[in-house]
Amino acid sequence: MSDDALIVLEKVNKWFGPLHVLDDVNLSVARGEVVVVIGPSGSGKSTLCRAINRLEPINSGTITFDGRPLPAEGRALARLRSEVGMVFQSFNLFAHKTILQNVMIGPVKVRREKPVEVHDRAMALLERVGIANQADKYPAQLSGGQQQRVAIARALAMQPKALLFDEPTSALDPEMVGEVLDVMTSLARDGMTMVVVTHEMGFARHAANRVVFMADGQLVEQAAPAEFFASPKSDRAKDFLSKILTH
Amino acid sequence: MSVFSDPTNRDVYVTGFLWILKLTLASSVCALVLGTLLAAMRVSPVPVLRGFGAAWVNIFRNTPLTLIVFFCYFGLYSTLGFTTSNDLELNNYWLGVVGLSVYTAAFVCEAIRSGINTVPAGQAEAARAIGMTFRQTLTSIVLPQAGRAVIAPLGSIFIALAKNATIVGTIGLMESSNAMKQLINDNGNAVFAIFFVFAGTFAVVLIPTGYGFGWLADRLAVKR
Repeated sequence: MSDDALIVLEKVNKWFGPLHVLDDVNLSVARGEVVVVIGPSGSGKSTLCRAINRLEPINSGTITFDGRPLPAEGRALARLRSEVGMVFQSFNLFAHKTILQNVMIGPVKVRREKPVEVHDRAMALLERVGIANQADKYPAQLSGGQQQRVAIARALAMQPKALLFDEPTSALDPEMVGEVLDVMTSLARDGMTMVVVTHEMGFARHAANRVVFMADGQLVEQAAPAEFFASPKSDRAKDFLSKILTH
Repeated sequence: MSVFSDPTNRDVYVTGFLWILKLTLASSVCALVLGTLLAAMRVSPVPVLRGFGAAWVNIFRNTPLTLIVFFCYFGLYSTLGFTTSNDLELNNYWLGVVGLSVYTAAFVCEAIRSGINTVPAGQAEAARAIGMTFRQTLTSIVLPQAGRAVIAPLGSIFIALAKNATIVGTIGLMESSNAMKQLINDNGNAVFAIFFVFAGTFAVVLIPTGYGFGWLADRLAVKR
């Protein structure tokens, strides 16, 4: 485990009733690293991702972010969450706020920054994800791909130390997947620390530093993408890859 | 209609409805504030607050309003000596506002709570994920959306409140139903005319109010 680890999970366990969704998971993500988590559905990938900012509390084990263990519910946890951006499968843009307000609300409400200053940064972020011209619209007026790009801008507005992506393209029409992956790829290139749960093998191949394969709540295998896709070691991973890569 | 051409009678009629108007306005503001607080308690992570909210709703929603208003008068005022004004009429008015508010707040609370349930869980999750506290999540994200979803049901609650305000007549305030009773006592030959004027006044004000709330609900609806 390097000293430069930003996110560290040690012996993390979680049960949903009798279902063991996270089974002794150990994972360390270094600063600037892009870790892509793949695996069959129900393998615990999303739970793992959501556990990192405690949207999903764990039953045992420890999770440390930037050297500090995750606090229990309360202000300290809120502060930690403000440093970890999250992008959801279903976008979850605030439906009653405009695109610009969605991006500005975090810095203004949580960090108490001045709206005038946040405005320029928010517009620059919308520019970066290519939706500055839609700033005054409401989420429902945008396509899924556009909404997801706004969600990324909203997360970036908090200037987070890491970004978590929970199946960010799974709810999108196929033709919109590319525009979201483009934004994510450019973030990866800029050195953002990212944990990405996804089924996009292309993204895993070209943008990830490391691929983590999960099955049945266990972290089965992890390797650099080239190595993982060329010669998976475990049978579960071979089986999984053979099913998704043959078509 | 000759009953209402007499200025004294007209005065009784106008004063009666002015009381109803004041009772309704004051109580709806109090009930809205109180009901929103109660709804926040009922969804809060603190068990004591949740219990308090639930108890409030169960007690006041299931007690007849007449009993609550009676209790305000005979219990709070006569027995416990709780007074709100030295003017007897104003005192009764405020006791009525207390009764109407605590009763209506229970219904407002339940309406808002059902509104909160219409807001997808992902909205609160996204708010927490950017670092909002429970309170910020509730006041900035959940309640504004819940509020828009419950404008129409709140309209029904406030219309019921306006009619329920006549119950304050039972503790001596000369509001519209007492005014009507007095006019009928004095003008036994015009019962129907008096009745229809009073009932009609409620209808004329409340029917557009209902449509107004419906219009507002459509206009402010959150698009998903």
